[in-house]
Amino acid sequence: MTDFIRNNRVAVIGAAVVLLACIVLTLVAGTDSDIVRKTTSILRFAWTFAIPLVLAALVGVIGERSGVVNIGIEGQILASAFAGFFVAAASGSVWIGILAGLLTGMVMGAFLAWLCVRLRMDQIIAGVVLNIVATGITSFYYVQGKSLPSGVPVWEVPLLSKIPIIGPVFFRGGPIALGTLVVVVGLVFALFHTRWGLRTRAIGEYPTAADTAGINVNLMRFVNVTMAGLLAGAAGAVLSMEQSSTFERGMSAGKGFLALAIMIFGAWFPGRAFFAALFFGLMSGLASQLQADKVVNIPQQFINLLPFVLTLIILSVAAGRVRPPAASGQPFVKGEGS
Amino acid sequence: MAERILDIEGLVKVYGTVRANDGITLHVNRGEIVALLGENGAGKSTLVKQIFGLVIPDSGTISINGSVAKIKDPTDAIARGVGMVHQHFQLVPVMTVAENVVLGNEPLKGLRLDLSSARELVRTISERHGLEVDPDAIIEDLPVGTQQRVEIIKALSRKVELLILDEPTAVLTPQETDELLAVMKELAAAGTAIVFITHKLREVLAVADRVYVLRRGKTVGEVKASETDAAGLAQLMVGRTVVLQVDKEDPKVGAEVLKVTDLEVMDDRHLKAVNGFNLTVNAGEIVGVAGVEGNGQRELVEAIAGMRRPVKGAIALGGVDITLANPYQTHAAGLGHIPEDREKHGLVSDYSIADNLVLNRFDEPEFRNGPVRDTAAINANADNWIKTFDIRTPSGDLPASSLSGGNKQKVVVAREMSIEPRLLLAAQPTRGVDVGSIEFIHRRIVEARDRGAAVLLVSAELDEILGLADRIAVIHSGKVVKEMPAEGADRTYIGELMAGGH
Repeated sequence: MTDFIRNNRVAVIGAAVVLLACIVLTLVAGTDSDIVRKTTSILRFAWTFAIPLVLAALVGVIGERSGVVNIGIEGQILASAFAGFFVAAASGSVWIGILAGLLTGMVMGAFLAWLCVRLRMDQIIAGVVLNIVATGITSFYYVQGKSLPSGVPVWEVPLLSKIPIIGPVFFRGGPIALGTLVVVVGLVFALFHTRWGLRTRAIGEYPTAADTAGINVNLMRFVNVTMAGLLAGAAGAVLSMEQSSTFERGMSAGKGFLALAIMIFGAWFPGRAFFAALFFGLMSGLASQLQADKVVNIPQQFINLLPFVLTLIILSVAAGRVRPPAASGQPFVKGEGS
Repeated sequence: MAERILDIEGLVKVYGTVRANDGITLHVNRGEIVALLGENGAGKSTLVKQIFGLVIPDSGTISINGSVAKIKDPTDAIARGVGMVHQHFQLVPVMTVAENVVLGNEPLKGLRLDLSSARELVRTISERHGLEVDPDAIIEDLPVGTQQRVEIIKALSRKVELLILDEPTAVLTPQETDELLAVMKELAAAGTAIVFITHKLREVLAVADRVYVLRRGKTVGEVKASETDAAGLAQLMVGRTVVLQVDKEDPKVGAEVLKVTDLEVMDDRHLKAVNGFNLTVNAGEIVGVAGVEGNGQRELVEAIAGMRRPVKGAIALGGVDITLANPYQTHAAGLGHIPEDREKHGLVSDYSIADNLVLNRFDEPEFRNGPVRDTAAINANADNWIKTFDIRTPSGDLPASSLSGGNKQKVVVAREMSIEPRLLLAAQPTRGVDVGSIEFIHRRIVEARDRGAAVLLVSAELDEILGLADRIAVIHSGKVVKEMPAEGADRTYIGELMAGGH
């Protein structure tokens, strides 16, 4: 545990500072003050915005860290949102719906892994295939007038949710929202402190080295890409069930691609991807708040454009400064390359 | 009789129509160092890959410690006590030494990786065998010699009884090579059997107990190292007498051809790799640049060839300023360039051999009819060079990728010689090339000199520099630290200069 904290001290110190700031602010200004309410509301907007992005970015991180580029996340999200919503409507249980969403993401992940790892198809084309399939199927089978049998329950984490400002935002929410936090911390730990993590990073950086060390590169890639699909499924389910209660055509709205930008901005680190997504959310939230307060008068459409403009700026600055996993996008063939 | 650790009987491996291994039989005893010699494509790598489980034999048996072993993958080989240090290091560049050593065999503490015991493991092995290395260093920050040490530690950490080294000295400096040879001897004395592949006869004679010579997939010779010499080994490898010493007359030095002044060039990481480099090369002489790899040689060569823009200084070829010229312009100025990385910069692998032979001249009137390529002329040109350079291929129409390393290099050399260059820039011209081809390429370089070309030879092989060059410039940290005539130059002294001494 001490190792873990030492290696992530920036995040730990940052969290402590933010926590302290929240408490001080609340004490000084009072719980019901304008500033506390507004901060909470911007932060809630940011986190809501960020949840599907974080999950989707982690799908990208796991894939590329293992050496498989996944640009089909968009399709995975869309199909999962679709499956989750309609299965929930048909079965009468949001829980079965969420499960269906997760499984759909996983099956699509397995399909991508099969194309990329088994058939050694060009990974970009494989991802495009995923997106096209998802768009086609979800549009074709879309029916109007369905609704969720019930809302997704909202849970509170005891104690933590009592923290001023942060508590109600991060530690009060649906199962997927809360699960996202667990997944981020879990993945930081798994990727850098476990055998699975060491091997995953090895097969994404230099697969022949892993192979000669006796690791089954292609099996591991297959499993990782497939299991990462669960997270894409969660991102889909959160869109159609937790954050709204309806499915619309093209509901993923580019989030799967935005997530790839966040993955790069986060330099392929799960923790940094979390903060990068939150940053995107904060910027959007801030802009909306300024708009609502009539501080600035920009049409809503421009506000909605903000994440994508940010993406352009950030990628043009970040690209070339961060280094992707070296073998990302390259199929592994035993016996070649040495 | 000594205890046999490895026994191979009638091993066969066929790739398509090529019998890479065609009934190989050999054995290795405990504590013995065995060298595998052979030309490129003789089947040495295929052989050791089968012992390590990377390639599955078609027929024949491999026995380890007296029992027949069907080795199906590296894990299996490792479990049987076989370790291998590959020619291309199998280390993850962005990870630490300790992480690389334990990869695939990780110590755990519950769910977690136990990195502190990994570090301890590295320290223990490095102290026991005198292989000094920092367990927390990142691989890509380490010099190649140290990376290789990590590979050996990795193998030793799996309790190897048989250690395979595939061309271990190809990338090492003379000092690093000596250190490695000492480590090999010490490991053998401690009971480890070692099989190593090399092209360098000097090393074979220095450390090996026995030598197997492979030719066309067969074992054609087995000799005790103490009962042979370099000439004898070379003859066994190639099947004919090989002239190891380059025969050359005294140079007839002419006018100045290449002049490099105060050159500064950045490397890929934007660090100054060439830093105040000065050198002139005259017509009719070979100047050898000796140095430990990574001291700016690559950047120097690329700057002269027009592949990399210098930040300061000047390069003149025959009085013409080519400092900022591109490769097309340097070629027009009379530069022939044998690049260090023939796969990347020397050849277009998917193009035919014939097309590769005219890459530098395809737009000359000789090879075209108006705007259309003159295929007949291109093919005639190819047939001519294939014959004069003895390029071993059934046809010039085959892709360059179908050639073996030595023959690929001959294609590059033939093409660059075909323009009768004023300056021949030869970077590592015989790297990874077998003895027969080395002899041939060396002769051609000397011929170019005798024709009046200026030759700048950059090589990590001190033997090559000493054998070919008329004048030697030792490079360290991007500048020439010493120039001297090759005649009477002292190997040890140059080695010290290369390492930054004096």
